[in-house]
Parts: sequence; C-alpha cells; structure tokens
Amino acid sequence: MAVQSEPVRAKTPGAGVGGDVPKGSRPSAGPGPLSRSTPYLLLLPAIAATLALLLWPLVETVILSFQNLNKRQLILHETQWTGFKNYTDQLSSSEFWHTAGRSVAFTVINVVLVMVIGTLVGLLLNRLGKKMRLALQISLMLAWAMPFVAQTTVFTWLFDSRYGVVNWFLDKLGWHSMADYNWYSSQYSTFFVIILLIVWGSIPFVAFNMYGALTTIPNELYEAARLDGAGSWKIFTSVIYPNLKPFFLGTTFLEVIWIFKCFTQVYAINDGGPQRLTETLPVYAFIEGVGNQHYGVGSAIAVLTILMLSVLMGYYFRIIIKQEDEL
Amino acid sequence: MRRSVLGRSWPNAIAVVLVIFFAFPVYWMISTAFKKTGDIISKTPVFIPFNGTLEHFSTATGADQFWSFVANSFIVTVVAVSASLVIATAAAFAVTRMRFRGRKAFVLVVMVSQMAPWEVMTISIYMIVRDNNMLNSLVPLTLFYMMMVLPFTIWTLRGFMAAVPKELEESAMVDGCTRFQAFVRVIFPLLAPGLMSTSLFGFITAWNELPLVLVLNKATGPGTAQTLPLWLTSFQTTFGDDWGATMAASTLFSLPVLLIFFLFQRKAVGGLTDGAVKG
Repeated sequence: MAVQSEPVRAKTPGAGVGGDVPKGSRPSAGPGPLSRSTPYLLLLPAIAATLALLLWPLVETVILSFQNLNKRQLILHETQWTGFKNYTDQLSSSEFWHTAGRSVAFTVINVVLVMVIGTLVGLLLNRLGKKMRLALQISLMLAWAMPFVAQTTVFTWLFDSRYGVVNWFLDKLGWHSMADYNWYSSQYSTFFVIILLIVWGSIPFVAFNMYGALTTIPNELYEAARLDGAGSWKIFTSVIYPNLKPFFLGTTFLEVIWIFKCFTQVYAINDGGPQRLTETLPVYAFIEGVGNQHYGVGSAIAVLTILMLSVLMGYYFRIIIKQEDEL
Repeated sequence: MRRSVLGRSWPNAIAVVLVIFFAFPVYWMISTAFKKTGDIISKTPVFIPFNGTLEHFSTATGADQFWSFVANSFIVTVVAVSASLVIATAAAFAVTRMRFRGRKAFVLVVMVSQMAPWEVMTISIYMIVRDNNMLNSLVPLTLFYMMMVLPFTIWTLRGFMAAVPKELEESAMVDGCTRFQAFVRVIFPLLAPGLMSTSLFGFITAWNELPLVLVLNKATGPGTAQTLPLWLTSFQTTFGDDWGATMAASTLFSLPVLLIFFLFQRKAVGGLTDGAVKG
C-alpha cells in the first residue's frame, strides 16, 4: 500500500498514549495553546460554512419578511420597512390558511402511506426467498435512485391524457371514461398523481431501513413469541415494534420533515395548479415570492413555514436527545 | 405444514406486484426513450420496443448546450461533495476524539442544520447572491450544495468514527505514529463505508437540486450556468409532446445516479441508515 512506503517521521515511542495530546512534528506539542485550539481549528471550516451559507440566508429571510419588497423596490434597491404587515396580511388571508391546512393534510396522508406501506415492504423483504428478495430490492433501488425531476417527468408521461399508459390501462379495465382523462384538470386528481409519485419514491428508504433494522432483532425473541403462540400481528406489536421504536420515531419524523418541505415534485408536476390549488407552503412561498415577485411576502411565508417546521423539529430532537442519553 | 406453504406463496405474489409497481415507471422511461415516435403515440401502448431507435437520444444530446449543462452539473456536484467530505472529516474527528468546550453545542447545531429549510430560503439566497453579483454562476450553487450535504456528512462520519475503538489509534501511536498518521492509517480505512454512503447521499442531493438553481441561474443563452435538473424542466416545456426526447433526456439525467447507486449500494445503504436514523 502507498501508505506503507511513506517515511515514518518523528518516532516518539510511547508518546501518544495520552490520547488527546497531539505529538510529533508539531512545534509546540503537549498541552500548550495549540493543542487546546486544535479542535476549534478542525471545526473552523464547518462553523464558517454554517454561518455564511446557512445562518446568513436564515437571518436574511427574517429581515426580508419585514420589508415591502416587490419588483420595483428590487430594481431600485430600495428598502421599505413595513413592520409586521406581511405577517398580519398572511395570517388574516384565507389563502394562507387554506395552503397551510392543505400542507398539513398532504404531509399526514403521505407520511401515513409511506410509513405503513414502507414498513410492510420491509417486513416482506425479510420473509421472501433469496431471488424474490433481490428482485424487489433492485426495483426499490431503481425507484429510490431516480432523481426527482426525472421521477416527475416519468409520472407526467405515465399520466398523460392521450398516450399515458395509466389511462390506457383504466380503459382496458372497463373504465372507459378514463380513456382521455386529464389528470391535471382538477385539484384532487393532480394531488393523486403527486401523492402516488411521492409515495412511490419514498417507500424504498423506509423499506430498506426497516429491513436493515429487522436484522438487529435477535431470532430468539421471535422464537420465544412463537412458542407463546403469538400470531403475526402479536409478534409485530410485542416484539418488532418495541424493539424498533427508535427506528419508527426517527424515520417518521424524517419523513414528516422531508414531505412537509418537499418542493420539486409538487412544483414540477403542475406548477402548483390547477388554479394554484395544489400549492403547499414551500411552493406557495416560492410562487408568491419569486414567481409573483413579492419577495417580502414570500419571505414572511417562508418564516411562518420555518416556525411550523421548528415545532416539528423540536419534538424530533427531544426524542433523539433522549435516545442519546440512553446510549 | 400447510400453513407454511400458503405462507410462502402469498408473499411472493405481493412481491411480484411490488416489483412491477416500483420498476415499471423506470422501465417505461427507458423503453419510451428507445421507441419510434409512431409507437409512442399509439393508442395501444407498445410494451417492448422491438424496433427501437436512438433518435430521441440524439435529440436530447443535440439540444442547445446539453453537454455544457452536463459538465456544469458534474463540476458542481463533485466539488460540493468533495469539499463537504474534507470539512466534515475534520469536524467529525474533533467531535469524536477530543473533549473541548462547546462540543455538545456544535453537535446540536449539526443536528438542527440537517433539517435546514432550503426549499423556503430561496428568496433570501437569491438576494444575497444578487447583491454579490454572483447570479448565473456555478460558485454560489457549489457552496450552497456543499452546505446542504455538510451536516449529514458530519453526522454520518461522526457515527463511523465513534465506532472505531480509541485503542486502535493509541496502539498505532505507541508503535510510533503521530496522531495524524494514526488517523490516516487506522481510522481512515475504516471510514470507507461512511465516506461512500455520504458521497452517495451528497451526489444525489446536489445532482437533484431544483429550487435553488431555478432561482439563481435561470438565465438562458450561451455560457449560462444551468444544471441538468433545470435543463430537464425547461426541456420538457420546450419539447412539450415529444415524449421520446423527454424520456431520453430523463434517462440520461438519471443514469449517473443509477450507476453510482448500483456500484455502491451494498455498503452505502447500511451507512445511510446508520447516519439518518440511529444518529
């Protein structure tokens, strides 16, 4: 190996036993100021990146949300402070609340479907024979690895009104009114396509995780449960669920946050249409802010979205920290 | 015994349905890309393209500046992922191997920033980038993509490093290695799966990203800094009903991720799980 041929410098046998004391070629080895600052030096790039690339936009979002910033102000580089006007406007508009409610419903439906089906697929992977399992794993992997934009173009094609294979199939099944059905003409049918797309793309993550997590349960536990006469459901509730509780909580919250924030699929399927009826909060913030060039308003929506996310995250982190303490 | 026979056939039946459900859209994308236009716009779908054509691929690759967008996407993705790996390795090492004031706070920040609401921060990022005259450039994209994957990278590598027993490093140091050498020779090789899974995740994230590039680099024309996701969305708009070309473009766009996924999946999936769920 290449590493082997590298000359070994600064041989100081037994010097590094202290563990935290960097020794060797550094000029001031030992518990001097350099060694005390080493962890901070190592963290510096990460901290700098976080401050400049994450905290700055976050603070900027909050600042913009207190401004009246439209196309005119943007071009003239004008700063007009409006206090809480953007917020009070949003909080008193029915459109905002409709969108927020829609976002929550959208998240709940998707997460429930993804978690339930994903868990079942994971359990199924565990029961299948070798060949069938491999086939299912490969097909899950294909769905998982497809980039979001490609996923969306394929689903648009599958649900194309004239030549889409879905309409052809429904027609064949005897549902002739579906032969030329335009899925993007109504709110619910557009949502149906979006939800199917998200569920299709999200299940693999949950299923693979579930399958991986199942392998951590010792076989004796199943055997003991079976000896006690437990059926599949009983085994799930008394052996699998209690053992994988951290997994279920962790994955569910990841999915909640991912789906709540999800932008690409919702936007790319139909730009939030028809008549802006499939906009979720991130898409709403984007269309108001960037599309309609109401940058201040868009930022206020963004801040409100972030506040909702923070509540969700707070819950998630409490669980993670609790887990951490138990380790 | 009867129960086990029954118990073996229905999981297989369900599995077949699931295989079709998950693989069909991918198959449909790839097969449409190879079909003659007449077969694509026929009232009865053609399931196997016997007399295929490469025409749609040449439409896609011949589209305006296709290759420059491919190059842009690769540059942005590879630089962002490599930079985040370097920065994260240093940070993860500090966090797992050293005791210092503020360590817990840092770990907490990493955890929180994993959930950063990038999707809704596009407006402020646009303002920042515009005020620094960096619109339609690859530099801000690369930086932000790096940041998007950094917390996850730190988190995953931290998990992998924590799993390496301290004694291994210590004995290497007893044998005369410096701390840095001990790191390179002992920890680094054991990090391989972690590095792989995080690179995979980072690659997918950066390769996929749409909202930010949609806002920052929407300018078209020669020498623009668009990436493939943006190109693909505008391609679909431009080519409208040319499904063959759109599916060929989507196939080309998916290809690198599919390839990487299959090359690394064995090691990567486990790492992804560890990093994302166990913490």
